[in-house]
Amino acid sequence: MEQRSGMVEKRGMGLWLTHGFMITGVLIIFFPIWLAFVASTVTQPEIVSPPMPLLPGSHFWDNYKTALVSGVNVPVATMLMNSLIMAIGIAVGKIIISLLSAFAIVYFRFPGRTIFFWMIFLTLMLPVEVRILPTFEVVAGFGMLNSYSGLIFPLIASATATFLFRQFFLTIPDELAEAARVDGAQPMRFFIDIVLPMSRTNIAALFVILFIYGWNQYLWPLLITTDPEMNTIVMGIKQMFPSGDDVAEWPVIMATSILAMIPPVIVVVSMQKLFVRGLVDSEK
Amino acid sequence: MEKRVTFRGWLLPLVLIAPQVMISAIFFFYPAGQAIWQSLFIPDPFGLSARFVGLGNFEFLISDKYYRASFITTAVFSLLVTLCSMIPALFLAVLADRLIKGSGVYRTLLIWPYAVAPAVAGVLWLFMFNTRVGVVSWYLGHLGYDWNHVLNGGEAMGLVVVASAWGRISYNFLFFFAALQSVPRSVVEAAAIDGARFWRRFFTVILPLLSPTAFFLLVVNIVYAFFETFGVIHTITAGGPQQSTTILVYKVFSDGFVGQDLGSSAAQSVILLFVVGLLTVIQFKYIEKRVHY
Repeated sequence: MEQRSGMVEKRGMGLWLTHGFMITGVLIIFFPIWLAFVASTVTQPEIVSPPMPLLPGSHFWDNYKTALVSGVNVPVATMLMNSLIMAIGIAVGKIIISLLSAFAIVYFRFPGRTIFFWMIFLTLMLPVEVRILPTFEVVAGFGMLNSYSGLIFPLIASATATFLFRQFFLTIPDELAEAARVDGAQPMRFFIDIVLPMSRTNIAALFVILFIYGWNQYLWPLLITTDPEMNTIVMGIKQMFPSGDDVAEWPVIMATSILAMIPPVIVVVSMQKLFVRGLVDSEK
Repeated sequence: MEKRVTFRGWLLPLVLIAPQVMISAIFFFYPAGQAIWQSLFIPDPFGLSARFVGLGNFEFLISDKYYRASFITTAVFSLLVTLCSMIPALFLAVLADRLIKGSGVYRTLLIWPYAVAPAVAGVLWLFMFNTRVGVVSWYLGHLGYDWNHVLNGGEAMGLVVVASAWGRISYNFLFFFAALQSVPRSVVEAAAIDGARFWRRFFTVILPLLSPTAFFLLVVNIVYAFFETFGVIHTITAGGPQQSTTILVYKVFSDGFVGQDLGSSAAQSVILLFVVGLLTVIQFKYIEKRVHY
């Protein structure tokens, strides 16, 4: 962040007031997460006789161990693993196929190129929620229900990343390709030695965005993972609520909620710069 | 824009685009085509055959009072989510922009909710407002307000709106903050020298310069409210009570998967497809033009 000082920034009382408002805002926004954390460290009786405490209790390990090892329908460790495979599969899969096809449409003239380009544009517009039923039938037809490929492929079908890489490749100076051609380099050499290293930051930024996109999916895993062993953690939390009048196991459910948000929060906070860049890029 | 320098050959590029074309064709274009095709038929109750009805499914939807109600619910919901996420975000961004030191720390903290999945956000808010164990509903009860989103449609709507807007505040904050940082200092200081106080500077100088960002966020947030809030609604209210939180995307799911009304669900998908198309066109058209004032 650039350092600035001028006459329009606040000093003295005004500065403290600004910090005060800011801290209040952060506290309000953090409250739901804090409460979930507190709930994950106390016992069930403490929660079901309201009001529950607002400071953490001493059952942190008990609740997290129960969640990870036994869970409600299936150990949360299993769901975490499924989510991890799904999120990484989506991020890596989409980046690879997009890099290849963006390279093809930017650096080659081939029959059908224009049609292909319009295909990309069309897929930008349609979220998976809209074509959900027929997609479900296709996946069921392939026998891909309750499988990782069923979780991953339909979510990498849109060409958003291709579009982004295309935009970026267009900014690579023509002289580089020219030089490679004069030297008699094969296109794939050029791709591996020049284009890939230059795209490093874009690839990383996109990875952050896609990882979170994949991790946070709800409707799709809900439909195609009927076997609890294949549940992802984000959709699995809802499955932990009992049907009917039984009381939910709140400490375990809240521990699971905290576990479900840790990986994406770590990714976002530790790669903040890349993440912000990825956001701005992917919305352009 | 096109490259002047390209490589020769047509086999290699076709091989390179093959994976993308295959995956898009199988999991995108075929299902999208199916949705359009199915919207023209009514399947018999046993799913063995389907009767061609042309635009019959659409005609039925337009005259269906539940579908029209869902349209209005969606409009109210997206408007509220957009307002509840943009206004606090702008406020926080203005505050952060006035700080020379420490804004980085606040930014790091404020990003958190963005990483929380909508469905998980739904569980967190459900927990706070749960009619039996919720802390907030308990304190509300002590203040004499009887909170019950399970029975009261308005309260249910309020809860799903807040839970959906919550994570979005982070997103909007990042964009507003970046936009504020790029407002030229000289312009703001010139206004200050002319004697404009903070709020006057804000409304006459800064806000107009933020309008492209604000418009972009408006469209993006509406798209979010339409399509990405399924998890929130499914975890908190499941569309109820009496369909008061059944937004269009939720209805595609509940009519198609729960109600098994395939023709109607497909027709609803097609209508949504037009809505997305429209929003995308608006987005491209106006954001390219850079709305100022």
